[in-house]
Amino acid sequence: MMDLRVAGPLEQFEIVPIVPLHFGSFDISFTNSSLWMVIGTGAIILFFAMATRRASLIPGRLQGMAEVMYEFIADLVRDTIGSDGRKFFPYVFTLFLWILIANLFGLLPTFPGARHELHTFTTTSHLIVTLALAMLTILIVIVYGFMKNGLKFFKLFVPSGVPVWLLPLIAVIEIVSFLSRPISLSVRLFANMFAGHIILKLFAGFIISLFGAGGAFALLGIFPFLGTIAVTMLEFLVAALQAYVFAVLTCIYLSDAAHAADH
Amino acid sequence: MEADAAKLIGAGLAALPLAGAAIGLGLIFSAFLSGAFRNPSASAQNQPTMLLAFALTEFTGLLGFVIAMLLIYTQ
Repeated sequence: MMDLRVAGPLEQFEIVPIVPLHFGSFDISFTNSSLWMVIGTGAIILFFAMATRRASLIPGRLQGMAEVMYEFIADLVRDTIGSDGRKFFPYVFTLFLWILIANLFGLLPTFPGARHELHTFTTTSHLIVTLALAMLTILIVIVYGFMKNGLKFFKLFVPSGVPVWLLPLIAVIEIVSFLSRPISLSVRLFANMFAGHIILKLFAGFIISLFGAGGAFALLGIFPFLGTIAVTMLEFLVAALQAYVFAVLTCIYLSDAAHAADH
Repeated sequence: MEADAAKLIGAGLAALPLAGAAIGLGLIFSAFLSGAFRNPSASAQNQPTMLLAFALTEFTGLLGFVIAMLLIYTQ
């Protein structure tokens, strides 16, 4: 009889310190979350360094991949924000790539028997990470909005063409919707990653329990196994889609800030 | 009623958003497909918008899932 143990679906989100560090009363340990952020960032830098090492007019395979991604986000920024959008391209591109790689690397299988600190970890499955990204976006929107439009930035909350008696109501709704943007932006990414990984581990847990039961039950384990494959494929779609959605919404919010005074 | 029992009932009720998400996703895909069949040449350029709507709608169902998880696994 094999010794099969199954971890609960929430163990994968545990943050384990690798190098404990303390700064005053703050815990700034280098954790498995930091490790996977470093791995993701390093992979992006490595990929683009390789892709642009021998840049030529007729792109090779790697350069072609890099150019497709570059143009994809460049088109998105140009179509959504307009001519003002060029200066935001580096930010949106970085954001998109970082979230995409963090999501995709979270789907890598853990090396069997690895120590807990080295298990595969999805950095974007923690609300604090996605909230930091969303707050940065909204901070840029507010700072750029005031820099570009001055006090006319407040016209964002007062759409033109609305009857005067309806204005107070509309303004309140617009302000609440603006303030809830960082929350919805961050919770969307977090919830997708969190829920997806829990479902994956739940199905994987079913396989182990059925296999451990032995006999005819072991054969039934094929069904959750097929389920895991299907959910993994869906998760690849979701990982790419959520990175895209985050980039699109960032562009829409930046476009609001850029054109607040126009309408 | 004990607090634990109430928590479990709440977690079960948190599955209800899935009904809304399912209706929403069905509406999105049916609208996209009927549009795509009427004008197949315009379907490719509307696909990103459809996927964006898919991701935004799916989120409401996942939010219910997260609430259920928080109710079950937190003290």
